[in-house]
Amino acid sequence: MSVPVEPPSQGMTALRLHRQLAAIWATGPGVQRLAAVNHTVLGMRMMITSFVFFAIAGILGMLTRVQLASPRSTFMDAETYNQVFTMHGSMMLFLFAIPMVESFAVYLTPKILGTRDFAFPRLTAYGYWCYLFGGTILTVALIMHVAPNSGWFMYTPLSSNVYTPGINADVWLLGVTFVEISALSLAIEIVVSILKMRAPGMSLDRMPIFAWYILVTAMMMLVAFPPLILGSMMLEVERAFGLPFFDPRRGGDPLLWQHLFWLFGHPDVYIIFLPMAGVLSTMIPVFARRPLVGYRTIVIAIIALAFLSFGIWVHHMFTVGIPHLALAFFSAGSASSATSGVPIVSSAFFRMLTMRLLAASKSASTNDRRRASSPTSASSCSAGTASMTRPIFAASRPVSESPESSRRFAHWGPT
Amino acid sequence: MSDRSTHHSAFLHVVLQAGSIAALSGCAGPLSTLSPSGPAAASIAGLWWVMLAGAAVLFALVLTLFFLVIRRPGWGSGVSPVRWVVLGGLVLPAVVLIPLICYALYAGERLLPLPGQTPPRIEAIAQQWSWTFRYPDAGGLETKGVLLLPAGTPVDIVVTSKDVVHAFWIPRLAGKIDAVPGHQTRLRVQADQPGRYDGLCNQFCGIGHAGMHFAVIVKSPEHYSAALKEAAANGKNGEVKK
Repeated sequence: MSVPVEPPSQGMTALRLHRQLAAIWATGPGVQRLAAVNHTVLGMRMMITSFVFFAIAGILGMLTRVQLASPRSTFMDAETYNQVFTMHGSMMLFLFAIPMVESFAVYLTPKILGTRDFAFPRLTAYGYWCYLFGGTILTVALIMHVAPNSGWFMYTPLSSNVYTPGINADVWLLGVTFVEISALSLAIEIVVSILKMRAPGMSLDRMPIFAWYILVTAMMMLVAFPPLILGSMMLEVERAFGLPFFDPRRGGDPLLWQHLFWLFGHPDVYIIFLPMAGVLSTMIPVFARRPLVGYRTIVIAIIALAFLSFGIWVHHMFTVGIPHLALAFFSAGSASSATSGVPIVSSAFFRMLTMRLLAASKSASTNDRRRASSPTSASSCSAGTASMTRPIFAASRPVSESPESSRRFAHWGPT
Repeated sequence: MSDRSTHHSAFLHVVLQAGSIAALSGCAGPLSTLSPSGPAAASIAGLWWVMLAGAAVLFALVLTLFFLVIRRPGWGSGVSPVRWVVLGGLVLPAVVLIPLICYALYAGERLLPLPGQTPPRIEAIAQQWSWTFRYPDAGGLETKGVLLLPAGTPVDIVVTSKDVVHAFWIPRLAGKIDAVPGHQTRLRVQADQPGRYDGLCNQFCGIGHAGMHFAVIVKSPEHYSAALKEAAANGKNGEVKK
């Protein structure tokens, strides 16, 4: 974390280093584009890919609605309908929502950290191709009318080889597992990069708030995705080789699948929510031209939210006949996750909203005028003209008036 | 010509339906949880209304604050950030959520099939895509697709499945409970009035899921056993009384 003393030739050295690194890591022309490892390029590709899947899943959703609007019509037969609504859910969740928030993280995180690229650029590429491959498996299956048809949560025994003998469920298990592996590799990438590759002087408590949201999200992904990968492998092994993990007739239990699925599924709600909340926490202060209020509170809230979100997966299983004490525990947990997490974050949003409107008005109080003249706010006023990442950083770090910190940031922050 | 009139009436139907939904009278259908006809469903519907009212109050509060900030800029700056976070992030949700969860726990506790009481039992067996009901207290009679209940008496429905996961749900009488193969789940149901109700499978269970309904016929206790015998006999002859 030590700041290097600026030697006179630093500019030249940096330029030379930049050229040497670009020769190795830059995206080549023509067919070499396929070998791109740069996070900006891959982040953009991932964003575009996820929105393509969003469009497909959206059309599937509309088809579902058309059938529901005319229940007696034969717009789709039952089998097609089952495939369409299953794929709508699976694609929206696994091929759009998760990859879309990841693509934001892939594109923005290194820029926000002030680093050239992620820690493992080739792993980023691996993650992207895994995602594209898994998504393609599912899409091709949909076109060939062998798409998954047991609901997006794939409850066994309906998804077992007894009740779904075709390859439909195998397609889901394979395709989604590829996407999950992609998510895991990107999560590793993000955690390592945030912990090890921040700009000099950017300690964890001075990180732009978006990086905190992404760090917590990535750590949640590291814990949440393995249960589903494990469950998918077990179900595939049961389907392909007859091991009775979920078969009640041979000593298995269908509820095991539900626990594994929701142990992933509930945290996943927050995995999707947190990065988007991070986007808001980043943008609002910039446009409000105020430093973020309650930086530490927000960080504590999102960490608490991450832990609590793992404790309450059973609230997706309230009707499976669990004891009322467990019901009470998990509903209290659900309520307290709402208490301690979301409202703190949202009240901070509200505060930012308030300040945004205060800033916009001419009748700002003296208190606000004093703040507007502080270095932090003044620097974030340059949002319109300067490049994107710097005002974000300036706006969202906590207010710190100490000359020490101003000096430490001076060498790379906005001036 | 007949095509056109069918089309026309379908259009009218849609318009009428949209109108009735707008008037919230769509909540009175045979599968509506908001027209409860038993204590369990009544407490669930009560909880629903309490939550709706709470959500409406919170929504109004947020909108009020929002418009205050727009109409009177500078209004929020008098309150310190710490106070905003504590009031909006801790006090407000605590005030809202703690009473709500206490009420929900109390309501949930009252719905429970507690071991102390031993009401009559009926077994519900789910199978793709039909329901079979067994009545151990009536000598093991069976009905298919029809559940007969005595009015005004609590009954424990013991639910299980022969194949995949289903869910047993009579929206106007009680909450739902899953039918999990290899497990037995229990739901206490009580119907206040004799009459006919509808039940359905509420967990996607394959290609015939949408049609996996059953009829619930509630008889007054004095007519109950005769009606049960008749329904069981009809069921054996292959006619399901609907």
